[in-house]
Amino acid sequence: MSVADLRQSSDPARVPSGGPVGAVVYRPHAVSSRFFRSELLLIFGRRRNWVGGLILATVPILIAIAVKVSPPSPGGGGMNFLNQITQNGIFVALSALTLEMPLFLPLAVAAIAGDTVAGEAHLGTLRYLLTVPVDRTRLLVVKFGAIAVFALVATLLVALVGAMLGLALFGGGPVVTLSGTTLPFWTGAARLLLVIAYITMCMTALGAIGLFVSTLTEQPIGATIAILVLALGSEIMDAIPQLSVIHEYLPTHYWAAFGDLLRDPISTAAVVPGIWSALAYTAIFGAAAWARFGGRDVTS
Amino acid sequence: MSSPAFADHGTVQAVRDPAELAISSAGLTKRFRSGQVAVNAVDLAVPAGSVYGFLGPNGSGKTTTIRLLLGLIGPTSGSHELLGEPMPGGSARVLPRVGALVEGPAFHPYLSGRANLRRLDAADRTVDPATARVRIDAALDRVGLRAAAEKRYRHYSLGMRQRLAIAGALLRPRDLLILDEPTNGLDPQGTREVRTLLGTLAATGTTVVLSTHLLSEVEQICTHVGVMHLGNLVAQGTLSELRARSAARAEVETPTPERAAATLRVLGLSDVSSAGGQVSALLGDVEPEKVVAALVHADVPVRGFAVRRAGLEEMFVQLTGEGFDVSG
Repeated sequence: MSVADLRQSSDPARVPSGGPVGAVVYRPHAVSSRFFRSELLLIFGRRRNWVGGLILATVPILIAIAVKVSPPSPGGGGMNFLNQITQNGIFVALSALTLEMPLFLPLAVAAIAGDTVAGEAHLGTLRYLLTVPVDRTRLLVVKFGAIAVFALVATLLVALVGAMLGLALFGGGPVVTLSGTTLPFWTGAARLLLVIAYITMCMTALGAIGLFVSTLTEQPIGATIAILVLALGSEIMDAIPQLSVIHEYLPTHYWAAFGDLLRDPISTAAVVPGIWSALAYTAIFGAAAWARFGGRDVTS
Repeated sequence: MSSPAFADHGTVQAVRDPAELAISSAGLTKRFRSGQVAVNAVDLAVPAGSVYGFLGPNGSGKTTTIRLLLGLIGPTSGSHELLGEPMPGGSARVLPRVGALVEGPAFHPYLSGRANLRRLDAADRTVDPATARVRIDAALDRVGLRAAAEKRYRHYSLGMRQRLAIAGALLRPRDLLILDEPTNGLDPQGTREVRTLLGTLAATGTTVVLSTHLLSEVEQICTHVGVMHLGNLVAQGTLSELRARSAARAEVETPTPERAAATLRVLGLSDVSSAGGQVSALLGDVEPEKVVAALVHADVPVRGFAVRRAGLEEMFVQLTGEGFDVSG
């Protein structure tokens, strides 16, 4: 190759000649969703994750069947959505989300987030992605985007399986709010969507923490366990009244606030700080992941 | 880079215009946090269009150098350019033109060979997605993996994994290939196929850097050689330049070895040894024709005379030591 050839081919958009195929001029788009779609395919095409999804979906199924077989006595109230299921099937979704929020949903997010960078490092595919080249910031953005999509899908899965099965077994109807008032069915369904959005935000924030943890190690399982320990540790600290000073700063503190979205009118006292908390955790740990991974030596 | 210091470390490489170099580095050094200097002030000069054999014992710093070249790790000091672009600043522009195989193949085990290539291709936003299928098929064909393309990577043999990694480096036409032990784990048939493939690529102008410890491979396809030892680039140049550096020996076949040996000593040849009807000595500065004349003059019956230079293997051992231990 001559000097002239080298200079000429330094144009980034020019596909260098020298091969039989692909030697056409192609101007890359500034934004391409191909890598992102490939990332989603990797997550949602993996058998392990299907098993995880199945476990998430089992909870609302279990609740619906249990309540159908042995209906609870009417009355009660508070956060106990179980009591309302027989009047409105949509509450199967809310019961399932309440029960999965402390462990199953964080576990699912921890498994996915822990795998993002550490998993690729463990397999060695990280070095090949970086030499493609995938810009390191772009890699993190794509990985984070995939975590957020997974958080939404996992929450939707629990909610939709619960809602569908509940409506099929117990029928729909007006929704009795936690404040005791009654909302029309579709308003109640819209409230369920708000709940899904709020939980997705909380889980995405945990995912951002997980993304950071995942840049620290080459062991995906270790990363997953660390993320889970952080989440459960936060829940435990949140349950100790003597630590109330730090409660509002814990990442899990506002998770349960989604119940407020079922009051009439919606109580924002905990939901709004919950949203800010989720955004802050996402921003801080997203930045931390970037700072850590941006200049790190990839020796895996 | 204005004044690359190529002349150090006993390299025989003449200073070249950096623009003609596919890879050039100046004082490239990597000291790990443990304090170990894995790569020590390496001045690589890989001419464009060459097939460059990157040699060295296990642990001599070849792979670390390759990681430095590709920007996977940052240098402690020094700088380098790929295809005339400074790294790592120019990586977004230059890396699409570079195909690489680093420290063995690595793919997602639960994806098929084809799906793995599709993922690599999807990550490259400078290629046309519309041609992905054609390019992936072509790459699979080139490494003879088309028939096993739908098999999960988990079930691939080491040789098939190696082939898939080479296919990954050939997903698009490249100006530079950096291949770390590409024939590792391949059967003799596969080794030959890869050698032929690299020859074909080099013939179309692709610069190939081939890290290997198979010297026969180097002798067959490389035009240039660089030798690493304990993190240092101890030799670099064309294959013939390096061969010329190695000490030549005069070998005389004669029925009177004692007289021949004496004659050689008188001429000033050193390390004279005789075995059977064979006398050999280090030629040094003495011209071979003078040796023949002297032998005839001394009435030594000469049955055969040859000047033999050390093979690449001997030279390699000379440069990197006899020890079997890996470099620490």
